[in-house]
Formats: sequence, structure tokens, C-alpha cells
Amino acid sequence: MSERILLAHGSGGRLAHDLIEKVLVKPLSNPLLDRLDDAAVLPGGGRLAFTTDSYVVQPMFFPGGDIGRLAVCGTVNDLSMVGATPLYLSLAFIIEEGLPLADLERVLVSVGDAAREAQVQIVTGDTKVVNQGSADGLFVNTSGLGRLAEGTEISGSGARPGDRVILSGTIGDHGIAVLSQREGIGFSTPLVSDCAPLNGLVAEMLQTGARVHAMRDPTRGGLATTLNEIAAQSKAGIRIEEEAIPVRREVQGACEMLGIDPLYVANEGKLVAMVHPEDAGAVLERMRRHRHGRDAAIIGEVRAEHPGRVVMKTALGASRIVDMLVGDPLPRIC
Amino acid sequence: MTLADGFRDTELARGVLAGIRQASTRQVRLMEFCGGHTVAIMRHGIRQLLPPTIEMLSGPGCPVCVTDNSDLDKALALARLPGVILATFGDMLKVPGSRSSLQEARAEGADVRIVYSTLDALDIAGQNPACRVVFLGVGFETTAPTVAASVLQAAKGGVPNYYVLSMHKVCPPAIRAILDSGEVKVSGLICPGHVSAVAGSRAWDFIALDYGIPCVVSGFEPLDILQAVRMLVDQLEKGESRVEIAYRRGVTPDGNRRALEVMAQVFEPCPARWRGLGAVPGSGLRLRDAYRRFDAEAAFDFDPGPTVEPEGCICGEVLRAVRTPRDCGLFRTVCTPASPVGPCMVSSEGACAACYLYGAADE
Amino acid sequence: MCLAVPALVKSIDGLEAEVDLGGVTRRTSLMLAPEAKVGDYVLLHAGYAISVLDQGEAEETLSILREMARATADGGA
Repeated sequence: MSERILLAHGSGGRLAHDLIEKVLVKPLSNPLLDRLDDAAVLPGGGRLAFTTDSYVVQPMFFPGGDIGRLAVCGTVNDLSMVGATPLYLSLAFIIEEGLPLADLERVLVSVGDAAREAQVQIVTGDTKVVNQGSADGLFVNTSGLGRLAEGTEISGSGARPGDRVILSGTIGDHGIAVLSQREGIGFSTPLVSDCAPLNGLVAEMLQTGARVHAMRDPTRGGLATTLNEIAAQSKAGIRIEEEAIPVRREVQGACEMLGIDPLYVANEGKLVAMVHPEDAGAVLERMRRHRHGRDAAIIGEVRAEHPGRVVMKTALGASRIVDMLVGDPLPRIC
Repeated sequence: MTLADGFRDTELARGVLAGIRQASTRQVRLMEFCGGHTVAIMRHGIRQLLPPTIEMLSGPGCPVCVTDNSDLDKALALARLPGVILATFGDMLKVPGSRSSLQEARAEGADVRIVYSTLDALDIAGQNPACRVVFLGVGFETTAPTVAASVLQAAKGGVPNYYVLSMHKVCPPAIRAILDSGEVKVSGLICPGHVSAVAGSRAWDFIALDYGIPCVVSGFEPLDILQAVRMLVDQLEKGESRVEIAYRRGVTPDGNRRALEVMAQVFEPCPARWRGLGAVPGSGLRLRDAYRRFDAEAAFDFDPGPTVEPEGCICGEVLRAVRTPRDCGLFRTVCTPASPVGPCMVSSEGACAACYLYGAADE
Repeated sequence: MCLAVPALVKSIDGLEAEVDLGGVTRRTSLMLAPEAKVGDYVLLHAGYAISVLDQGEAEETLSILREMARATADGGA
């Protein structure tokens, strides 16, 4: 096989078949995928959750993950956030002509590993190759199907006054890891992305029987943006405490150097949940016993006052507004 | 435990705040003129915690905010030239010029790259020998020496494709202009800690001598700012007007001699336009003749086009501390961080952006 | 303006240093602060050390701050 992806790899002929068989299907092999029918026929019924996401991250490979791992975890997490058990994923690639085959292979290995870790199956897919310059190396889309237990109602609009706001761990890890890989902002000790599938953690949380009213994973825009979204959807106010929010030392150091606020930096392995006050303690304890929830903390509460607004009590004891992010956090010198 | 941690001790901060409340009996207006202070004060909610006897004002301390449209238009014209890579600090990306911004120019195909340091811009020049890299030099005395150092390094290393478009400025003439205008009555000044680390606290002696206004050089942690406020209050209660350094770990009266030398070797004073203040003589920095070959203004043929100011924008008055963001009719309505009209909203340290993002929760 | 953060000098090679900011390390230029030594804290701004921090003064300042807070607690200035 050639060293680089060619337009011919996307044209449906022998070269394309070779690519699909050897590079795409082999690392992901499962009975449903191996049939290679036009559509995967899935067993069972019940309430379904369905989501889709596209991934265009640059650089493709970063400490702690890559676009492949991200594509699986991101979609698995979206399903988990509504309380669904993630089951099946589709996987579509748009490849820029000239992408080294070795890179594609590496991505597929990551996809396979992440899928196994999350206990989901890739059951269908697609590949297109476009002219050089028409895609930034590799674009990935994953759509995901999950199943919901009867009675599960977890939604961004479900937060209720009195709920405790629980954060599953440290913020800012992913965004800073990716940003620091970009031109000119390098650190000698690399910062690592927190990219991880959260369905295991969520299953533990829900097993306690707790009343989890809302959940979301704070990806683009960071924790601040996600809390604002929930506050708006739920028509409630949220109050958090600056001192309660866990941030890794290295992330804090990097953010300070770049003049970026960790509250606005993306996470790919964290969740925030609004839980009934009587159940919050039990949920927190269970989370802390899971590898993706070791640093979980109650960071605030939902209230009836200032609906739609997020307010933070600063370390000094003053109150300030935490607004949504506008645009990407940019490194600054001022 | 970094050196900063001790200065974030919240227990201690509460104690110092209590001390300020007790010590402050006279009504005073304290002005800071450093974007970093603007942000720190808003972020930690310090205004709310200070007693009502102390009013805090924000002056023209953000080099991004004080960049005149005419200067930004030059950067845009250069960015659009074929074969030019415009390297800039992230702060400048979204600042609107007369017709566009660097971000928009980039979307239209201009090669605009964000760098953290001039050292990275030099790397880009090395990696792209067929292109000409123009570094957008913005910033005060803290930053100008680093840009000067990059020019010296380019000269020494024989880098043929590195240029600087200087819109650097120095603070003291602008402060003098504001105090001379008499528009704002200021009781005391919180002086910028990092400008002072380079320029020395002596840079502010003229304020105490010529205007009888006490000055305290402050750091950026909550405790630093509270200490500076307390020191100013103490001076004002006693009717004193001296220049003091609160930020003693970083600032000395003479500053960083080496940095000042490097800056003076490459740059010389020139007139500069400050948004809100207009032309302020001797407040700008331009490359000296010996380094003319690095000067983007001399090396390129470009036309920035006519300068246009946005209607209804009162950034100028906000920068002079005669109006506050909330006085502006465009604030929060038309002018927001998502669609900024003026630089005070674009820059994360602009008074308007700080007010919008961090405004007191009880507002 | 002028975002500068304290960074600990871990190693020096000519006029370049590796500095540590609470766990992450980065190269920085010592062109503007050539007197910096390993073990010093410097102010890092835009890739350059612009000043060497005086740790003695830092301690002194913290004492002054404690005095400011204590004086209040004792009920008098």
C-alpha cells in the first residue's frame, strides 16, 4: 500500500477496498461491522439516545490523546450526559489527499482502543478523500446510539434550586494541552489532555439511585460556558465557589503564563452534574472511587435567584459574574 | 509553592481589608493605569470589598486599548501584502481598525500568526526564508525591551526577513497629559508593577513632585493590590505625596538597567497617537536609524487607507477615566465581547470587557 | 497590562534558561536579566525574564501584610 492517502483511496475501487479492509475495519472488527453492509442492523428496542459530533482538532496528535480517541470519547460522553448507555457508533472520515498512511493507522488504533475502553462498537462508517487543501489533514465524524432506562430524565433544563453542582475533576487540562502544542507556545514538560470516556463513571453515579437532574461535559468554552448553558436552559441561577474548583498546578501555571482563565478552557474527560441535595454526598463518594472521578468536588449550588446567570464567590469573598466564553481563549501578554 | 502563592492568602487578605476599612476616613479616588490591575481588581471583586470612602478608577493602561485606528490600519495593510507573515501577540487579533481586524484579514487569507514571544516570530522567520515576517510591536516599557532584544538577536544572527512594526508607547507622558487636562480629579495613583520593574519607580517621581499626588507601585496578586490601596490611604490620611513601592520583590527605584539599555539601543522616542488622548509628544517608540532595516514602515510600500472612528464609541473618554463603561450607550447593547465596537471591549483587559465579564453580581 | 509571572530558574545555557512555572517548564531568554542564577525566581514576560525577583523582599512584604492585618485584629492601628 502507498505511504500516503491518495484521491483514489476514496473512489470506491480496489485501492479503497484495501484501505477499508486493512486499515479501517481490521482494528475495529466486530460481527456487526464485519458484515460491511450498507447499514448496520441493530438488535433490541426501547428508548434511544442519538448524537453526532465532528472532530477537526489541530494538531491531530497531542499528549494524552489524538483525534481518534477524541472522536470516540466525545460522542460516548454526549450519550452518557443524558443518562444513556452508549452502544453503537458510526465513524466517518474526510481525509486530505497526502495524509501519511501511518497517521491514519495510528488514529484507527486509538479509535479501537477507546472503543474497547468505553465498551462500544463501531458498526458502520464512511471514507472520503478530498483534494489537498480542502481539509486540514483529517476530519472525523462520529454519531452514536445509546439506550435509556425507563424513567431516566436527565437534561440541561433539569437543574432545580437547591441542587448541588458536582464537578468530576480538574478543569482546563485538554484545552491547554492542545493549545500548548501549537506554534510557539511550547512547554518542555508536556501538559496532558484528560480525554476519557465517562460512561463508566456515570453508570456508577446513577447506580446509587440518586436524583441526577442535569449533566453536561464542559468541552469547548469550558466550565463557565457549560454552567451558563444549563442556567439558561433550566431558568435557574448557579452559584459556585472559586476555592472549590480543582485545577492542576501545571494547568494553573500554564494558564497564568498565557493569561488564560481555566474556567474557559475545554475539557474532554470531565462532567458537571446537578444533583438533589439529599443525594449529593452519596454521589460524590461514589465518584471519588472511580478513576475518572478521583478529584470530584461539590463546587456550588443551583438557586432560584438570578435565573440564567452564573455567579462566583471569589477566594476573597466578593461575588462576580461568570459569563459565557466569547471566541477562543487567546494567549495574551497584556 | 510558587512565589505568588503567599500573596493569595485569603485569610490575610481579609485582615488587610479590615485594616483598610478602619484606616480610611476621607473620600478618595484612586486610579490605576494598567490593564492587568483593571482585570485583577474586577476578577477578585476588590471594588465591592473596599469601603465606600474609596472610589476606584481605571485609566489608559491597556496598550491594546490605546492603539489608535491609524496604527492598526497599518498592521492590516502589511498583513495583506503577498509574502508577508504578520506575527502578533494574541491580544491584538480582534481589535477593530477603521474597517477590519487581523482576525477578519486572516479569514480572508492573510497570513496572521499568534505568537507568545518575539522569539517565536524569529523562529517563524527562520522557517520561512521566502516570506517576510513582520512582528506587530505593541506594549509599554515591559514589552518594548523584549522586542528590542529580538531586533538585536536578528541583527546578530543575520536574519534577513524579520521586521518590526512599532506601536510601542511609554506611559509617563500620557499620565502627564491626563493630569494636565484636569478632567479627572485623582487623589492617588496605583502604578503598574511590571512597567515599573523595567522603568523603575523613579519614572513616577514627577507625579508626586509636580502634581502632589501620592503613588504606590503595585503587584498583581490580590494582596499586592490591597497593600497598595492601604499605603495610598495612609499617605492620603496624612496628607503626604510620595512615590512608594509596595511590589518590592519585583521593583526597585532604578528598574532594570539592562532592559532599559537594550530598549534605548534599538528605539528612540517619537510622537504617538493614543486613542482618547490624541497625539502625545515623546510617548512613542520608533526604531533608530541604525536599525532602520528592521523597520516595517520603511521597508514596505503599503497604504493603510483613511482612518475612520466608530460612531458612538466613547472608548477615548473611558480611557481618560472621565466616563465609565456603563455610561456608554453602546455598552452591552451594540458593543459586546462577541461584537466589539471599540478596543476597550476587545481587549480582555479593557475597562469595558472587564466590566462586562466580571461586573459585580449585585449590579 | 504586562502579564508577567514568577518562574523558577532550573538551568541556564548561556543566555537561555529553563524555568518552572508551578510544574510546567519552558525556555526563556535571559538577555534582559543576564544576572539571573539557578534557583532565582524571575518575572517571565513574552518569553523573556524581565527582572529577577527578590525573595528576601517577598518575605519582608508578607511580614508587612501580616502586620497590617494583625493591627486590625488587635483593635487599633
